[in-house]
Amino acid sequence: MTKRIILGAVAIVLVIAAAYASFYIAPEERTMGVIQRIFYFHVGSAWAGMDAFLVCFIANLLYVWKRAAKYDWLGVSAAEVGLVFTTVVLITGPIWAKPVWGIWWTWDARLTSTFVLWLLYVSYLLLRTLIEEQDRRALLSSVFGIFAFLDVPLVFGAIRWWRTQHPSPVIMGGPGSGLEPTMRKVFFFSVLAMHFLMAFLIVERYALEKMKYEVDVLKREAEPQ
Amino acid sequence: MKNLDSVFAAYIIGWGVFFLFYLSIAKRTSDLRAEIERLKNSLPRSS
Repeated sequence: MTKRIILGAVAIVLVIAAAYASFYIAPEERTMGVIQRIFYFHVGSAWAGMDAFLVCFIANLLYVWKRAAKYDWLGVSAAEVGLVFTTVVLITGPIWAKPVWGIWWTWDARLTSTFVLWLLYVSYLLLRTLIEEQDRRALLSSVFGIFAFLDVPLVFGAIRWWRTQHPSPVIMGGPGSGLEPTMRKVFFFSVLAMHFLMAFLIVERYALEKMKYEVDVLKREAEPQ
Repeated sequence: MKNLDSVFAAYIIGWGVFFLFYLSIAKRTSDLRAEIERLKNSLPRSS
């Protein structure tokens, strides 16, 4: 419990510091102006969300292999947290897009694959509500989660493989891409902060899932023989 | 400082989503804790 409180406190301090750095330390981008400051929050959330889905994918694989309930708990926790981060990405993206592109949304490869990713993990969580039996639910959702993760490389590659309205990558984008050094530092600090927040939320959500299991065990014990 | 309101909106909505999610976890945890207590209290009587 104490470790969880410390992790939460560190995450909050880092997220506040990252926001401060995004507004007051990062220089203003010449073309877009102040609206570009959404970048640190938007991309930081996107990376943290993808990594939450990676955690879910690994947990799903481990469940299929070892059939231990703890991997199912981790899978659903990471899926839910990844979905929350992707929701933030899908909200902050259009707020950034409107003043820059003149439109809120377009069905280009990056935006569409991100939206599909969001739908896939909504389906993952919905699927779990439809199956009563624990082991069956865990196995089917793990298999679904493994396939859902296949969209993540597509989201990553969309702005590298196809021409999109969404800007080309500034990190790992090859020759000609990159960030001004201070922007780069603020960006990676924001990514770190969002990862701490992601880890904190997964730990909290995992504790909840574990508690659900305890309730199920107690319910079975309380049932008349 | 054109579009500063959009930047603030993005950050506030984003933080709001995270905060609401954390609140939902806290609420569900508190409900389950109450249920665990209730079940534990009912166990000695049923056994």
